[in-house]
Amino acid sequence: MDTALIPEGRKRCPLWQFVLFIAVVGAVLLWGVYAMILCWLKGLNQTNMNNAYGFALWIWADLAVIALGGGAFFSGFLKYIIGKDELKNLINYAVIIGFICYSSALLILAIDIGQPLRGWFIFWHANVHSMLTEVAFCLSCYFAVLTIEFIPLILENRQIDKVRFFHNLSHNMHHIMAVFAATGAFLSFFHQGSLGGVAGVLFARPFGFREGVLIWPWTFFLFTWSAAACGPCFTILITKITEKVTRKKLVKDNVIELLAKISGWMLLTYIVAKIIDTWYWAVVTAPEAGFTMMDFYSNNPLYGLWILFLEIVLGGIVPALILITPAGRKNKATLLLATVLAVIGVCVNRWVMVLQVLAVPVMPFESWFMYAPSWQEVATTILPLAYGAILIAIAHRYLPIFPQEPELNPVEQQAG
Amino acid sequence: MFPFSFEWIWDMSHMVFHGGLWYALSIIGLGMTYCILKSVVDTVQGKGGDGHH
Repeated sequence: MDTALIPEGRKRCPLWQFVLFIAVVGAVLLWGVYAMILCWLKGLNQTNMNNAYGFALWIWADLAVIALGGGAFFSGFLKYIIGKDELKNLINYAVIIGFICYSSALLILAIDIGQPLRGWFIFWHANVHSMLTEVAFCLSCYFAVLTIEFIPLILENRQIDKVRFFHNLSHNMHHIMAVFAATGAFLSFFHQGSLGGVAGVLFARPFGFREGVLIWPWTFFLFTWSAAACGPCFTILITKITEKVTRKKLVKDNVIELLAKISGWMLLTYIVAKIIDTWYWAVVTAPEAGFTMMDFYSNNPLYGLWILFLEIVLGGIVPALILITPAGRKNKATLLLATVLAVIGVCVNRWVMVLQVLAVPVMPFESWFMYAPSWQEVATTILPLAYGAILIAIAHRYLPIFPQEPELNPVEQQAG
Repeated sequence: MFPFSFEWIWDMSHMVFHGGLWYALSIIGLGMTYCILKSVVDTVQGKGGDGHH
């Protein structure tokens, strides 16, 4: 039964190994599900959120996975719109990673809103003055696009593909995939941007506030830019981890290097824009509001200049310089280092724009607000990681995700 | 929300937000409808089954 489902020309680990992996990761998943049920049954009192932190660990995780899932829309944009055909060898995996990221984001939101049965209110009773409404619209629609992009891959399973209707459906969906990819890129541009816009329009919180164009603060553009830069890095990172776990080369180096190069230039241009933005904020925006830059990086137990250094230098400049250099991206160790740093950089950026913004006191008699998540928040944030690992394991075992795999592993495929 | 909902107001915000939502949903819906209908027609006509996309 199991063997009949494995794609032809690919070798997979023994079933017991696969089941053992699912069982171990599944235990972590169940821990997260237990915490999720607690939050739904008992309410948000299970969290450490309070009046200062209406947004907390969950929203950071949401913004982080959405940025990391940006590899799907940007890879799709590069392949279908720009015409980088080499990326066809990685696009399936980028879509799966994007699907996991966005479904995780929606799951986290379903926990965060406290009453998921009223989740549809945001569509029917929409507050059209909120950037988060636009985020909810685009997020839901883009998740639908990712599902549509994922379906043909599922239909390519060896047994499902034997059913003629499914075979035709997969073929026809592939045929107009560029339309869906373009829609996805359009939706992603706006929701990635609006997530950045949420902090940027808060003029009563000078740490997050930024000037901009018309109604869009600079953070709108920086968020989209950083997702397009760091999302592909995450795709590369997960691909490399998958290769390590499966002990197989799954994608040719030229494909990875192409994506790494594009990602590197995106990251370099982003980080230059981010430095200019930060510098202008430090010398103009913050002083105009009556603050100095150091007001936001001192007199508290956690947030110092180190976080700015971690985000911009270690998580931005260093990986960008590695990735734009041919020697840097050809070397496996430095490529891996660059992708890890870029992922850390964008996650720190989201942390700063969600949690540090809320930590800063807004009235002169207040102190900094510190926050530590409850175990339920931690468990429900780890839950998507376990879910992602399981979905990747199942997809890799039963679906032909990597078109170059049989060519790169010819001996093993014959043996299997 | 639709224009006939009691909360609806004919202002720029409602038109842009909901116009964008319906635009995206229309493309997704029409695209999938096309794929499913074409697949039904192709299957009835006996196309497919070569194993390649």
